[in-house]
Amino acid sequence: MIPAPNTVLSFALNFSLVCLSLTYLAALYRLIRGPSIPDRIIVIDLVASATIGIVLTLIIITGETIYINVALVIALIVFMGTVAFAKYLKKTVKND
Amino acid sequence: MIILGSLFMLVAALGVIRLQDVYMRMHAITKASSLGIVFYLLAVIISCFSWNTLIASVLVMVFIVATAPVASHMIARAAHMMGIPMSKGYVMDHLRRDLDKNKTEEENAGVSGGLEA
Repeated sequence: MIPAPNTVLSFALNFSLVCLSLTYLAALYRLIRGPSIPDRIIVIDLVASATIGIVLTLIIITGETIYINVALVIALIVFMGTVAFAKYLKKTVKND
Repeated sequence: MIILGSLFMLVAALGVIRLQDVYMRMHAITKASSLGIVFYLLAVIISCFSWNTLIASVLVMVFIVATAPVASHMIARAAHMMGIPMSKGYVMDHLRRDLDKNKTEEENAGVSGGLEA
C-alpha cells in the first residue's frame, strides 16, 4: 500500500520522517557536545527510539508488516545495551 | 496517530537539546520517546491490521513501557554515583543522603568490629 500523494496520510508520513530526522540531529548534537558519559549513553536510547519510529513509518509506507520484528529486536537489544552500560558505569565508580 | 507520535519524538529531541543536566534530559527522553513509539505502534495496528501485527505490536509496546523506566533509572543511579553535578534549583537529594547514611553506618560497624577484635 503506497499512499497517494497529497492526502492526509502522505502528509503525516512525510511529517513523521522529518521529525525523526530532526530527532537524529538532536541526538548527534548531544552526542558531540555531551559533557559526561551518561549523556552519551542516554543518546543510545533516543537513537533506538527514532530507529523504531522510522521502521514503523516504513511499515506504513510499504505495507510490509513483517518488518515489525525489526522493531521488536531493536527494543530488546537496546535494553540489554543500556543495562550493560549502567553496570559498567557503576563498576568504574566502585573501583575509584 | 502518526502525527501525534512524531510530535512526541520532536518533544524528546527538543528536550535533549535544551535541558540543562543529565537527569532532566533522561526525564525528557524516557517518557516522551516511549509514548511516541506507542503512538507509532497504534498507527501501524490501525493501518495494516492483522493478527501477526497486532500481537507483535502489543509485545513491543509492553516491552518498551516496561523497560524504558528501568534502564533510565539504572543510568540515573550510576550517574549520581559518578558524582555528576546537578544544576541549580533542585530542592532535595534523597539518594545522596541515603548513600551518606549507609557509608557512616558501615564505618561505624567497621570501627566497632575492629575494637572487638
